Formats: sequence, structure tokens, C-alpha cells
Amino acid sequence: MTATVLLEARGLAIRFGGVVAADGIDLDVLEGEKLAIIGPNGAGKTTFLNIATGYLKPQAGTVRFLGREITAHRPRDITRFGIARAFQIPQLFLDHTVIENLLIAAAGHSGRTTLMQSLHDLPERSDMENLLDLVSVRDVADRKAGELPEGKRKLVDIAVALALKPRLLLMDEPTSGVASSEKFAIMDILVAALAKQRVTSVFVEHDMDMVTRYADRVAVWSAGKIQMSGPPAEVLADPVVREQVIGI
Amino acid sequence: MAIRSSALTWTLAAVVVAAGVIPILIPSMATLVVLILAKGIVVLGIIILLQAGQVSFGHAMFFAAGAYTAGFWGKYLGVGDLAAYLVVGTVIATVLGLLVGLFVVRYREIFFGMLNLAFSMVLWSLLEKLFHLTNGADGMRVPRPTVFGMAFSPENFQYVLLYLTLAIAIVATFFVQRFLESPTGNMLRAIKSNETRLEYLGVSARRVLLIGYVISAALGGIGGVLVAVAQQIATPEFAYWTKSGEFVFIAILGGVGNAMGAFAGSAVFELVRFYASAQLANSWQLILGVVLIAIILFAPNGLIGLWQRQRAARDES
Repeated sequence: MTATVLLEARGLAIRFGGVVAADGIDLDVLEGEKLAIIGPNGAGKTTFLNIATGYLKPQAGTVRFLGREITAHRPRDITRFGIARAFQIPQLFLDHTVIENLLIAAAGHSGRTTLMQSLHDLPERSDMENLLDLVSVRDVADRKAGELPEGKRKLVDIAVALALKPRLLLMDEPTSGVASSEKFAIMDILVAALAKQRVTSVFVEHDMDMVTRYADRVAVWSAGKIQMSGPPAEVLADPVVREQVIGI
Repeated sequence: MAIRSSALTWTLAAVVVAAGVIPILIPSMATLVVLILAKGIVVLGIIILLQAGQVSFGHAMFFAAGAYTAGFWGKYLGVGDLAAYLVVGTVIATVLGLLVGLFVVRYREIFFGMLNLAFSMVLWSLLEKLFHLTNGADGMRVPRPTVFGMAFSPENFQYVLLYLTLAIAIVATFFVQRFLESPTGNMLRAIKSNETRLEYLGVSARRVLLIGYVISAALGGIGGVLVAVAQQIATPEFAYWTKSGEFVFIAILGGVGNAMGAFAGSAVFELVRFYASAQLANSWQLILGVVLIAIILFAPNGLIGLWQRQRAARDES
């Protein structure tokens, strides 16, 4: 039995002036996997996420999601197709409480834009509280997102993405900006939540310990191309990768 | 954040009683209270847009649309009924809001503000220049209408208008407060704090802003009808940019965090204008300027913010 291909990128190319950010990217993301994207700064990792979520339009190439071409669609349409995104710098509604952030996401997902019902009375509320439990931030449910420490904010950012019930979650450095002592704890929570919700994930990561421990597969970006992809043990042992990406 | 609903209910009750009783004791106050409430209704609409961080410097166009509905009715159809003025004026302001809104919600901040200003000034010049239709700068008289088919004497009419305006203000406040707490109302505030994330939730920020814009235009139209009927005239000044500025001024004065701010601001504004212009004739704006500077320096969340802060301090002690 072969796994379903969720996301299929073919021949993606984009350049910004003289900088080639994607130069023939071909990538399949399989249902259920945890794919890590590594590579030096400026290799085009975030650009790939931006293309896959519709924030950037590639100059050549296509992206398909579950067989459907999504290349020319806007971020909000792609979100509706089932691709959610978490950000390197958490993107939250800082004046709203944590639970409100999730409820706004739930309302956006269900298209429930009623004018007279309170946000707090949405039927999704208990689901959202469960989601807060799942990512271990229930304790800060009623605090404003702007008051949270970075680690919590990262988790809330991911919870907001999961509130959209995505098939695929794209994450840009889920543990950057977090104390190294907290990183494993955050990733443990995150990976368990993804497994429970059966969400396939792609995450950009700089920390090779995270990649080794949490990824099923690694793709190595280099100057807008995929240099190599495969199981972490194999890829991270490759001498070229070790020299160019890990810097050993 | 919204004030806790019990506190809101009590304050609202006190304000309603004051607005309903004072004019009985001091009959000369009746029209002034109508103006306070009617402008407060318009300012509710400004507050909605301020939730999204957008300031409209052209909302007087919707105010004028409502006022001129009453004016045109009187000139071309004869004396009408206040209920009909209100319904038709609101519909016209809403449609105008939708048309202008479809265009301006594509822009943010200074561009949003200035485009609204531009549209309102187009309406102002039309009202000025189309003399044969609108009587130009003289404005259009608004004869005293019937109310639900009943004709009233001038003395009784001012009370009928007062209590009708009060009822509309109560309903509008309730509606706006509910709206601001709804998913869509929260999404409006989300436009201010993180529009990119909102799009990544699958939500069209423009659509959310358009809903808010159309509601605020409708409120502008209602206020316009009521003011024109109270003052028995609609003039091009109703669409002029200083009028739009006045509404924004009142919103900031009262505080934008809560629907009640609209009426607190409107009451202070109209009372200062009423008494300061009697005392100082041509320099009464000076007093308003000093009041605004004091508010910005000492109570950046407006009068309602000041009140909330005191309540919070009392709750803590």
C-alpha cells in the first residue's frame, strides 16, 4: 500500500532580483509523515512555505494539494482547502485572549460570521478548550495573547492552526526563539497533538537534534534546489550535507 | 474589552432615565438631548470602524444621506411620516455605504480615511451645486412630520421625537454591543491586530470590514434623519468634512472600547458647545480643543476608559 500524496510540488521556480529562492523544486509530501526541511539561511525554505500557502506566486511550476491545483489561489482559499500554517514569529491577535484567538479561528473555519451571537457562545467552544488541553496551554486560556511568554505563544500559534482542522500543517521553525531547555518539551507536545489530530506536517528546522528525534524524513534545501531527501539518519550522515548544512 | 454586562445594564438604565426625565423638568433641553442621542448613534458607527483601526473622515456623507432623505421628501412629496423617513433614510445610507464600502475597504489607515473624505466632499459639492434640486447652501427645510400617522403640536412633537430617538439609541447600542462581541465583531478587532493571520484563517478581511462599514453607514443615516427632523433643516454642511471630523472627535472623546462611549462623548461635546458658544460666541471651539487635549493626555481611552479605570481600581481595593 502506498501512502496518499497530499502535497505535490513540481518545478517551482522564483527569483527575487538576483536571488534564486526556488530553482526547480520537486517535492511530494505523503499523508501522515513528518517532513523536516533543513538548509542554510537563504536557501529558500520559507519561500517554499510561502508558495505552498499562496502568499507568493511562483514564476514557474505548480503545487497540487490532494490532486487539486492550488498554485494561483490566495492564502485564505488554500487555508479552506486544508493547509494551515504556523509561523516562525507567532502570529496571534495580541489584544484577544488565547481562547478568543482559537474561537476566531473556529469561526473563520466554519464560516460562522453571525452578527448577534457572542463569540464565546460558539458551539465550537468545548472543542477549542480540548485543543488548548492538547497543546497544554489551557492554563492561559483567559490571558491576552500579547502577555504570554514566547514558548506558550508558539504553542498557541499552532493551536490556532489546528483549530482549522487542517490535513497538512506547515510550520516555520516551531522551536525558534524558545530556550533550548524548553524545545523538547514543546516538540513532544506538538508531535503528540499532530498524531492525535492525524495532521501531516512539514517543518523548517535548524536544530539537528530536533530533526533526528522528530522527523520521519528530511529534505535538504540548497540555493533553491532540493539537494537530498530521505530518512534523517541517512541524510544527516551524508558528508556533503554535514559540511554544507550542519557545518561540521 | 466590554464592560461587564451588569455594570453596563445599570449605567444604561441611569443614562436612559436621565435622558428621559431631564427634558421634562427643563423643556428647553429636549432638542439638545435629541441631538446628543442622534449624534451618538452616528458615532456608534465610527466606533465600529475604529475597532478595525480604521478612521473614516467622511462619515458625514451617510449622515447627510439620511438628513437629505427627509429634506427631499418634504420638498417633492410633501410632509411625510417620521417612520418612513427613518426606513428610507436608513436604506439609502446603507446602499450608499455598500457602494462606497466596496471601494474603500481595499485600503487601510490614511488611505482609507482620505478616500472616505474624498467621497464625502463629492457629495457635499453635489448638494451645494445642484441648486435647483437641493436649494444649494440654503439647505432644505424639513417640515415637522407625522409620527406613525399622527400629527403633533410642536410642544408635543419634541417629546415624541425625544422618546423615539431614545428608543432607537437603546436598540442601536444593544445591537452594536452584541455585534462587537460576535465572531464578526471580533474579526474586526483582529484586522487591527493581525490582518495577515486573519487571511490565514480563511477569512476575507475585506468582507469583514465591509460588513462593519455598511452597518456604520446605516447608523449614520439614522442619525442624519433624526438630526434633520430635530433641527427642521438639512444643509450641505451635514456632509462637510468638519462634520465627519466632529464624529471622530466625539468617538475619541467618549472612548472607543465600548458602545456607551458614543453617548458619553456626544453628551459632553454638545453640552460644551451649547454652553461655551453662549459664553464665548466665536471662540467656543477653543474650549473643545482644550477638552480634547486633556482627554488625549490624561484619558487616552476616553471618558468610558476613565470610568472603567476607576471601577477597576475600586474592585481591587
